[in-house]
Amino acid sequence: MIRSHVLICGGTGCTSSGSMALRDALEKELEVKGLTEEIKIVTTGCFGLCALGPVMIVYPDGTFYSMVKPEDIPEIVEEHLLKGRPVERLEYHEKTGDHHAVSSLSDTNFYKKQKRVALRNCGVINPEVIDEYIAMDGYAALGKVLTEMTPEQVIDTILASGLRGRGGAGFPTGKKWQLARNLVQDGGKKYVACNADEGDPGAFMDRSILEGDPHALIEAMAIAGYAIGADEGFVYVRAEYPIAIQRLEIAIKQAREYGLLGNDIFGTGFNFDIQLRLGAGAFVCGEETALMTSIEGNRGEPRPRPPFPAVKGLFERPTVLNNVETYANIAQIILKGPEWFASMGTEKSAGTKVFALGGKITNTGLVEIPMGTTLREVVEEIGGGIPNGKKFKAAQTGGPSGGCIPAHLIDTPIDYDNLIAIGSMMGSGGLIVMDEDNCMVDIARFFLDFTVDESCGKCTPCRVGTKRMLEILDKIIAGKGELEDIDRLEELAEYIKSASLCGLGQTAPNPVLSTLRYFRDEYVAHVVDKTCPAGVCKHLLSYEIVADKCKGCTACARVCPVGAISGTVKQPHTIDKAKCIKCGACMSKCKFGAIIKH
Amino acid sequence: MKKKLTTVQFRGTKEQEDKLLEVIAKYQGTKGAMMPILQEAQGIYGYLPIEVQKIIAEKTDTPLEEIFGIVSFYAQFALNPKGDVAIAVCLGTACYVKGSGDLINKIQEKLNVEPGSTTSDGKFTLDATRCIGACGLAPVLTINNDVYGRLTPADLDGILEKYM
Repeated sequence: MIRSHVLICGGTGCTSSGSMALRDALEKELEVKGLTEEIKIVTTGCFGLCALGPVMIVYPDGTFYSMVKPEDIPEIVEEHLLKGRPVERLEYHEKTGDHHAVSSLSDTNFYKKQKRVALRNCGVINPEVIDEYIAMDGYAALGKVLTEMTPEQVIDTILASGLRGRGGAGFPTGKKWQLARNLVQDGGKKYVACNADEGDPGAFMDRSILEGDPHALIEAMAIAGYAIGADEGFVYVRAEYPIAIQRLEIAIKQAREYGLLGNDIFGTGFNFDIQLRLGAGAFVCGEETALMTSIEGNRGEPRPRPPFPAVKGLFERPTVLNNVETYANIAQIILKGPEWFASMGTEKSAGTKVFALGGKITNTGLVEIPMGTTLREVVEEIGGGIPNGKKFKAAQTGGPSGGCIPAHLIDTPIDYDNLIAIGSMMGSGGLIVMDEDNCMVDIARFFLDFTVDESCGKCTPCRVGTKRMLEILDKIIAGKGELEDIDRLEELAEYIKSASLCGLGQTAPNPVLSTLRYFRDEYVAHVVDKTCPAGVCKHLLSYEIVADKCKGCTACARVCPVGAISGTVKQPHTIDKAKCIKCGACMSKCKFGAIIKH
Repeated sequence: MKKKLTTVQFRGTKEQEDKLLEVIAKYQGTKGAMMPILQEAQGIYGYLPIEVQKIIAEKTDTPLEEIFGIVSFYAQFALNPKGDVAIAVCLGTACYVKGSGDLINKIQEKLNVEPGSTTSDGKFTLDATRCIGACGLAPVLTINNDVYGRLTPADLDGILEKYM
């Protein structure tokens, strides 16, 4: 009889920190101790607290272990699993407040304010076993839809829930389905597609759902198929997500074996099946029309809209395309009702949103919060604040299409409309926190460099315009900027926004516009004073030796690659600024903190 | 993204070609099959030189320029063979704000190789990748299938040593 379950995270974050070696060690140890009949290891999807990986939870008591190493396993087995005494030194200690170990995960600040709907099964079930999904009411919504509801009722339910697309733009999901159902009724083929080409750097919620709860996606796509009258679905996944692809393949196979995909599902005569298609590293393919062009086997270039995909999508047929997180909400809405879903979040943004917290924050990882939660709650309470006593400078949302939220707007409730109003956007949900050491001009340049690289080249405003903007930013960062350059940036940005063909170009200038809006003084400092206030832009830095602190040990002079440092032994040295290439080697070599940059 | 044509001589074998033909046959009649064919072809040869593209063009009755258009469009289709050791430094936002730019600069200097190319001895390939989603471990790099996280430039010497 199984008396205890040990859950080990098998998401990409924890796998990268060595959770599979941990599982192997545990398997071996359980065998040695003869406990394989009593204790079951469950490999799950992402728990969310990636910063502390690899993580594991022991049930029934719910002890939460973080940063466990294979050499800790014998102690855990001996003490906890045999004698029932949790190993306190490995338990998760929250950094804020008093330093006692928390007994259960839901008591931590990280989880307390979260509400898990899309992530409900992530870190709870083994995603490679369909029975575990079914035990959590999996496929009950599909059964209900097929046996008790008409397609119109399904669409009305989704409409009433107020669910909006979680991929970024926030278009009402029910409306999309309604268009695809009603606009074209020629009895021909229709398609359901899923956008799992999660390209925004720093966003990984879709990957975690695919890795942790792949059946939720399959079930929702089948429901969408029934609602619009489609029998074929495509999932377009990034090739950078090998674990997600593998789990999805297993899940599709199991669903077919159980008759939950294929012909005559639940004996109702409804047919539906799903094919996987892999991306090949093109960011623009996250744009809906480009994604469909890519599935069709072409260069992933966007097409003009209208016609919208709901009218003319994949292979020129009506297509409903939603993002992974959107689909992950569908089955719950059907089972618990639209009122339940609408009761969470704000009036115009119902439900919850998953964010990937990253950058300069203590608890990097995945969080799901009701819409309307303030940025302050996310950063300071759930995220555990900024490490190393640094100050919060800004949070970036929406990736290369979004913008920055500065410190004075930290009390903004997060929903679609508020973020647009302050010049950012929800995007897919990456939330990167920056502290005082990050230069906003450099960050704007980073995103623009990304869009220049990823622009597909089909339309001129995006292909040429973003390149010109990048050149101006490079000039500013090199210390050669003029005040007019800032005006030029703004003017160009407006042209690119209004004239580009697809969402990539239309939003590409946002990182520049939003940093200009809130951090204009930093641009001015780069251009007029030729300094980088955050000390990031290399060409604008200068290194100096503080004479009082220099012991004349000559370490800096020896490491300098261009011989710019001179001085006598045991006497303060000096840096020849004309020769200095600002590599910083001297500063990292100095043991006395005598070299400063400004 | 600019891609350079390879100067390395094509050394495809008969077995590789047989495998490729099997793949093409498998996708006969599938709608939008070109992407999976190219992906599997790259799995067989390790890259997609013009010789391989020509076989695919001929067998699928697709113009070669259309295939080259697709291969050159997507970042993951390689026109050049990769080195034995593939180093990929994540330049996603979370890694970038935590200093992955310094990591790639140091590797560039140390191995004398530009991102997107292979060392002259054919041993190391350096790439700047998009977000691999291991943001909790930022900054991150991968070498072949190993992931290294929470890095500083000082860690690199020890890591690269293992693959020398």
